[in-house]
Amino acid sequence: MESKTPLYECHLRAGGKMVAFAGYLLPVQYAGGGVIAEHNAVRKAAGLFDVSHMGEFILSGKDGLVNLQLLLTNDYSNLADGFVRYSPMCYENGGVVDDLLVYKLKDNQYLIVVNASNRAKDYQWIKDHLSGDAKLNDVSDQIAQLALQGPMSISIMQKLVAAADIPQTNYSFKPKVKVGNIECLLSRTGYTGEDGFELYCSAADAPFLWDMLLQAGEQFGLRPCGLGARDTLRLEAAMPLYGHEIDADISPLEAGLGYFVNLDKADFIGKQALIEANPPPRCRVGLKMIDKGIAREGCFVYAQDRTIGHICSGTMFPYLGYAGATALVDRAYKPIGSLVIVDVRGRKLQAEVIKTPFYKRQK
Amino acid sequence: MSKIKEGIFYTDSHEWVEYIDDIAVIGLSDYAQEELGDVVFVNLPEIGDKISAGEAFCDVESVKAVSDIIAPISGEVTEINDELADNPEMLNSDCYSAWICRVGKITGEGKLMDAKVYGKFLVEQE
Repeated sequence: MESKTPLYECHLRAGGKMVAFAGYLLPVQYAGGGVIAEHNAVRKAAGLFDVSHMGEFILSGKDGLVNLQLLLTNDYSNLADGFVRYSPMCYENGGVVDDLLVYKLKDNQYLIVVNASNRAKDYQWIKDHLSGDAKLNDVSDQIAQLALQGPMSISIMQKLVAAADIPQTNYSFKPKVKVGNIECLLSRTGYTGEDGFELYCSAADAPFLWDMLLQAGEQFGLRPCGLGARDTLRLEAAMPLYGHEIDADISPLEAGLGYFVNLDKADFIGKQALIEANPPPRCRVGLKMIDKGIAREGCFVYAQDRTIGHICSGTMFPYLGYAGATALVDRAYKPIGSLVIVDVRGRKLQAEVIKTPFYKRQK
Repeated sequence: MSKIKEGIFYTDSHEWVEYIDDIAVIGLSDYAQEELGDVVFVNLPEIGDKISAGEAFCDVESVKAVSDIIAPISGEVTEINDELADNPEMLNSDCYSAWICRVGKITGEGKLMDAKVYGKFLVEQE
């Protein structure tokens, strides 16, 4: 039986087509919208997403930082209060447990945001590896999360929040901000490739925040967006999704996330395995379909009649207007312009390796 | 509520079929296009393909997924709607005009419903 997020009734009112996802009933798209319209609203105006299914943990205790450093591949020693940092979390063998965001609330107090589908596994993994004075609390059920994304997000936020309370730089946040009359953690982050905000509030306040944002955003073309657009937006921006670009048997180095793996750090779980397999024999590339058709997750990729990898995610990019995919392939095919063949349900379609991200916003 | 066109037949997998003399025209119902969402690609059959009632003969891709189109009848493809190759969204905007293919040399048909029975079937589906 799926759970409902605090915004379930809001979605029904907005004509959300509800589907089961990671244990929750969430809208895949809304009536009068559709994935393409919602996707393009985020690229050109703004979109509002319910991401309350995400898991939130609080890590505290005077050994909090020491534990983070051991659990995560990125370096948190120089993370300042009010800033956010992304990291993979690895197994000993270098495979990925999950990818997550860490918010530094204050010294040795961190908010960790994880994928909904991995929440229970992550909680257990972190708990099993804690040492010294460190405590982990799963606060997911008390917290709702909304994502306001797109170029008009800032204009909408300016209507509701005092200028000094708006986080100015990417990957920064303000821990206690009044959005209208609702207290939120306001974060300049997102998963769409656009400027935008992620807002964390109490579950009880969430429906009021949702309605307030939609109302404030109406004049700017804001529309509610479902899981469908969330996936096509992140893929156009070539952002990884657990279970696709990264997984228990795909390392962050293979997935092209080396920037978030600090091999110079004293020690962390998975470090030895990652060093031994560096550079990895396979790597993530972006593909643009040359032949008509859409490569989908799991399709095999060939070159010179040899299997060289598989598709991680693929779709028709709604904003860019062509079919593309991410693939994990033999690193010989990493160079831009490499030609490969994708087997799409028995049809052999030609594709070309192109630069990622497919979509990059103009600043 | 999905739109249902009178005078044509439907399958339980939501294809429609219209008989014009000895030719059958095949497309997707309004319910099907709503379920699919934005259609972005149609992998059309080829002229001369032999299709069998109840078996997949082509597929359509929406933004999110690929779906088989099941043949409502058995026969041979005589014509395909090339326009769908460049404008797959016609399956969403006007599903009862956006035919996929025409089939001749009909040798059999699967379980088909008329508009009234299909309407009841949809109500039971909800």
